Amino acid sequence: MTIQGTVHQYADNVDTDVIIPARYLNTADPGELAKHCMEDIDADFVRRVRPGDIIAARQNFGCGSSREHAPLAIKAAGISLVIARSFARIFFRNALNIGLPILECPRADEINAGDELRVDLSAGLIENLTQGTAYEAEPFPPFLRDIIEKGGLMEAIRGS
Amino acid sequence: MAMTMTQKILATHAGLEEVRAGQLIEAELDLMLGNDVTTPVAVNELERAGVTSLHAPEKTVFVLDHFTPNKDIRSAEHCGQVRAFAKKHGVRHFYDVGRMGIEHALLPEQGLVVPGDAVIGADSHTCTYGALGAFSTGVGSTDLAAGLATGKAWFKVPGAVQVVLTGSFQPHVSGKDVILELIGRIGVDGALYRSLEFTGPAIAGISMDSRLAIANMAIECGAKNGIFPVDDLTLAYVKSRARRDWRIFGADEDAVYDEVIEIDLGTLRPTVAFPHLPSNTRTVDDLEAKGECISLDQVVIGSCTNGRLEDLRIAAALMKGRVVAGDLRCVIIPATQQIWLEALREGLLEIFIEAGAAVSTPTCGPCLGGHMGILAAGGRAVATTNRNFVGRMGHPESEVYLAGPAVAAESAIQGYIAQPKV
Repeated sequence: MTIQGTVHQYADNVDTDVIIPARYLNTADPGELAKHCMEDIDADFVRRVRPGDIIAARQNFGCGSSREHAPLAIKAAGISLVIARSFARIFFRNALNIGLPILECPRADEINAGDELRVDLSAGLIENLTQGTAYEAEPFPPFLRDIIEKGGLMEAIRGS
Repeated sequence: MAMTMTQKILATHAGLEEVRAGQLIEAELDLMLGNDVTTPVAVNELERAGVTSLHAPEKTVFVLDHFTPNKDIRSAEHCGQVRAFAKKHGVRHFYDVGRMGIEHALLPEQGLVVPGDAVIGADSHTCTYGALGAFSTGVGSTDLAAGLATGKAWFKVPGAVQVVLTGSFQPHVSGKDVILELIGRIGVDGALYRSLEFTGPAIAGISMDSRLAIANMAIECGAKNGIFPVDDLTLAYVKSRARRDWRIFGADEDAVYDEVIEIDLGTLRPTVAFPHLPSNTRTVDDLEAKGECISLDQVVIGSCTNGRLEDLRIAAALMKGRVVAGDLRCVIIPATQQIWLEALREGLLEIFIEAGAAVSTPTCGPCLGGHMGILAAGGRAVATTNRNFVGRMGHPESEVYLAGPAVAAESAIQGYIAQPKV
């Protein structure tokens, strides 16, 4: 599967409280959640984001609360992929479980806001069309690839 | 091959002789937990997947604690959905307003989790139960849904950071200062994907309430879990409460750790984490030495970190016969009904009320910016809670300073971040 999109860039330690503040957790509707995605650190994100766009961040993306509302909000906002140098472990699981593609890439810091990326998800190859560079993402083990390919954990369980 | 305590618990629950760091395993679960924020999403997932019965209703715990007593119509609807689901599926351990407590104070108190367990909870602070010598970790709603359907969860076996505790506490220092010191040293992702394995001669002198506070914040340095060895104190705590048999695991003597960190409790001083990360730690000594005065609008004493009886006793000892500073609101939240009752019987609540503090029924409330003490723009609070991220307690331009109960109580009296001296 190939994804192409424009980058929204964030720093280290983007926590799930800023991805979706708890004041909006009285709903579980992804569309409602998406309206407030990133609100506390990037109030303009929701107006700027276009379907297929990509988030690129640095270390420990998604730290803090286990709220699955965070990847749900990002996915429903139209983001097709999150790339980071590392993910907090609960966010990592949640994203794969709900079918939000993520890639761990040691060179994620080189990606800038506004860059156009083309990503081959199964090969884990990230092409930066703006900078004319390419990076390799950490490969997923087969067990996690199966969850990703089936579109989420419940789908994978149902299939087994 | 030698294993850490966490690895031994995981191996046993996966039916394996041994496991090694990085291995993917499927483990049988002893307990699965959800709350009023995370369970509705899990219920939706189960219904979407066509799951019609729970694998083990007797191993399932739902606690309505985040937006309760319900703060608005939508949260009331979420609680209604969880209530109906629990009834329909015969969930054994369902805790509603009037009987509930903050989940991570409630489950150990009620003996629902015991040493040697493997536990998942759809709440990041599920790592708290490591204080009892259990493997417990936070997950999302879909992992909870899968656990409810199958009784199992997949894990990548973690490597470990060994934290060796030596010495003994100075006055006004407790478990919170230990974990803030650790997070301050290694950073908010310093133990990412790994377990924190606490050990050392000081542990025997650390109370269960302080151990629970320490394990509670393992997630704040990215750890999968934080775990304590089982000793006489653990067993004294567990024996009167446990509803099941327990099993004691210990690390192999030659277990391999990625990193070893030593903390001498005797060197710890009352510590505060400044906005907006739990790793931004400073001692109150340092603030005093530099003449910095951080004025406050609110103090919150409570939460799954520091809402237990020991915390309330520490706060009451400092607040007795004194009053909360003029322009400051002090909100005190005993973490469970049982703690509330004991605090009442010991006269602690009377001290708080006479000091001009508000005492609330158990709720997560202000800790996550839910209700019961939300900050406006520019508002500044000291809280005994666990996170100080942007907007955590309300407006994105408000500020949360994390501290233990002694600093919080003294600060409530003084109106600024203050050193407990009495």
